[in-house]
Amino acid sequence: MTAPRLELRHVTKRYGDVVANDDVALAVAPGEIHAILGENGAGKSTLMKIVYGAVAPDAGELLWDGAPADIRSPHDARALGIAMVFQHFSLFDSLTVAENVWLGLSRTVSLREVVEGIRGKAAEYGLDLDPHRPVHVLSVGERQRVEIVRALLANPRLLILDEPTAVLTPQAADKLFETLRKLAATGCSILYISHKLHEIVALCHQCTVLRGGRVVASCDPARESTASLSRLMIGAEPPRLERRPASAGAIALSTRELTLESHDRFGVALEDVSLDVRAGEIVGIAGVSGNGQQELLAALSGEDPRADAGAIQLFGQPIGRVGAAARRKRGLHFVPEERLGRGAVPALSLANNMLLTRKEALRAFGWIDRAALRDQASGVLRRYWVKAAGPSAAARSLSGGNLQKYIVGRELDAVPKVLVVAQPTWGVDVGAASQIRAELVALRDAGCAVLVVSEELEELFALADRLHVIAKGRLSPSIPTAEATVEQIGEWMSGLWAGGPGQAAALAGGSP
Amino acid sequence: MSEVALLVAATLAAGTPLAIAGLGLLLNERAGILNLGAEGMLLISAVAGFAAAFHGGSEWLGFAAGAAAGAAVAAVFGWLVVWLNTNQYATGLAVSLFGSGFSAFVGIDYVGRQLGEQRAHAVPILGELPFLGPALFRQHPMVYVAVALVGAASFFLYRTRAGLVLRAVGESPQSAHALGYGVRRIRLAAVVTGGALCGVAGAFLSVVYTPLWVEGMVAGRGWIALALTVFATWRPARILLGAYLFGGVTMLQLHLQAQGVELPSQFMAMLPYVATVVVLVLISRNPLWIRLNMPASLGKPFFPGA
Repeated sequence: MTAPRLELRHVTKRYGDVVANDDVALAVAPGEIHAILGENGAGKSTLMKIVYGAVAPDAGELLWDGAPADIRSPHDARALGIAMVFQHFSLFDSLTVAENVWLGLSRTVSLREVVEGIRGKAAEYGLDLDPHRPVHVLSVGERQRVEIVRALLANPRLLILDEPTAVLTPQAADKLFETLRKLAATGCSILYISHKLHEIVALCHQCTVLRGGRVVASCDPARESTASLSRLMIGAEPPRLERRPASAGAIALSTRELTLESHDRFGVALEDVSLDVRAGEIVGIAGVSGNGQQELLAALSGEDPRADAGAIQLFGQPIGRVGAAARRKRGLHFVPEERLGRGAVPALSLANNMLLTRKEALRAFGWIDRAALRDQASGVLRRYWVKAAGPSAAARSLSGGNLQKYIVGRELDAVPKVLVVAQPTWGVDVGAASQIRAELVALRDAGCAVLVVSEELEELFALADRLHVIAKGRLSPSIPTAEATVEQIGEWMSGLWAGGPGQAAALAGGSP
Repeated sequence: MSEVALLVAATLAAGTPLAIAGLGLLLNERAGILNLGAEGMLLISAVAGFAAAFHGGSEWLGFAAGAAAGAAVAAVFGWLVVWLNTNQYATGLAVSLFGSGFSAFVGIDYVGRQLGEQRAHAVPILGELPFLGPALFRQHPMVYVAVALVGAASFFLYRTRAGLVLRAVGESPQSAHALGYGVRRIRLAAVVTGGALCGVAGAFLSVVYTPLWVEGMVAGRGWIALALTVFATWRPARILLGAYLFGGVTMLQLHLQAQGVELPSQFMAMLPYVATVVVLVLISRNPLWIRLNMPASLGKPFFPGA
């Protein structure tokens, strides 16, 4: 029996009164894919930061190949052969993909070699990536590819992945799993943080379950079901999504042949996008990230008010040139993809973040009724089960999933007439995700028109009444979800619908 | 004709200290550190450089002393803001105030002293060219060194890995730390290097440009150099452009005053500052330029492991 690649003993970390990790023990064998399963705030990310040297534990020890290891900084971790793919990406916006990757590698390689290395790894693992694009124009999914390629190029002995499939299509996730299996077969150990149960069952050899910072179980996922893992993780049965057929009413939000050049020369131009969302229905837009979703969302939310006035209509009124605040006043609310920076101001308290889109606590002349604001924020915290120190906690102090619950809750609580949501459950755990979905369905049943743009097909199939697919800035016709299959939507994602961008390429003799 | 040549020559000389100091501050800021103490550093290095040149009899000794003084002051500043995480704005202002008082105190014995005879400089052959010779090629060597430094800084920032690391640290110290780079050490190195460059600029002022020591003789050039970095959108070549522009308008207005133009001299003295700001604002109007070039962590403290 060889020594485990990595072993943790009695690891404890406190932040003030909050115990993030309490006496955690785990062991990862060479070539093992080891899942760390737990809800938001269960302490997964903190534990991984300890392994990676980004956070120092208060107590406990780490063993590397059986010998005590003193990992004081990420530099030490990397010297041992530990690489990490972060949930909040650690990329430099103003630098190109290749430069970002280069910074993560040893200084003996040249930039040209890095560019070739990226192309090689990208081809080998089917990750589409242009080394010369600046990172700030990339979508979330593309940024993650950069992180993964960067980690792979370092030839790690232990790879840590924090919620890696959160922004991948099913096909892309399957490809990632192939990548990880190949990597594990070469002897690299993998720590796989997730709360997606089916992934863990399909991929992992061993699973450690965290709840409230403690290890509550250690099991072989192959012998468990998603239901039993779910019970271990949340300590109760997962809620089920109940839904009745939609009773769609009048058209609430529509676009008419919306055509829009992107702000960014690397962006995707929208072409002839026509779309109707009726009161009382949920319309879903599927697609691989970077196919025009950002541009469409910006045009719909009012962040980008350059569209022809009549190209976007809200209850029959042209709103193409109306700003975001004015659209909100008319009942259109928006949940952006980026929580920190777009959805919330990181340094401000949750209560103050409430004021970004809600005006209930404002009194005459813009005075803030602080008591009313706190009550309003507390209400959202309570109603949507957000784990936070209170309404005065800074937005950035929340875990990604909890902040998402808060932002979605803030917009739902406004009882919008039209809601546009991007990636509603990105990085959110099972319990909270079904809760957010149930709330969206309840909103629909109350007569709200809901548009969900998501890269998770499973979610769209569970939520939407009708589905569109966006590919290369063009929108497919809609199809009732009940008649759609994953295969068909997957093909549409490559633009292969009648008259779609992939179809045209195929007819012209090009490859789709 | 020869008048224009002399004006060009004077412009290059006047722009040189600004270019060197601006370049040093640009390196600081690319690493995410805003050093508002530039004016103080220039003053201290000016008096140090003058003293060294006065006693040692060599202007190069003066430059070395200026660089050492600038680096020493910057090291103290860097230690305060990088390791002790004091507020960069307040600390920088303190350095500026300290510098003006301290340099006046130390320099009291040097007021009115003369350095030895200034040597004339000329590039062989090129210096004999008509017009171009007196305009461009009879300058103090430091004028050419400044141009070379700008080129070297451009190459360093955009063509070397170390420059990339420096930009990365300024962009996101957290990410750089997560990748295993010693953010504090890199920032301190940038601050000290920037201080040394400011020191050379200060010494150039007192040893070559004026050449004498008077209290407060830097006359706001530290602040202009700070403004240059912003308006140049943190690109070295634009620093040079801005510095020469400032130098040029300074010389032009002196020339016009000498010609007896009917304008209040205070208004004329204001011109270089206004012209530099206006032109550089026009250059840096493009918001995308600012977004892509401004070091995102500029002026913000960094706590590793927080």
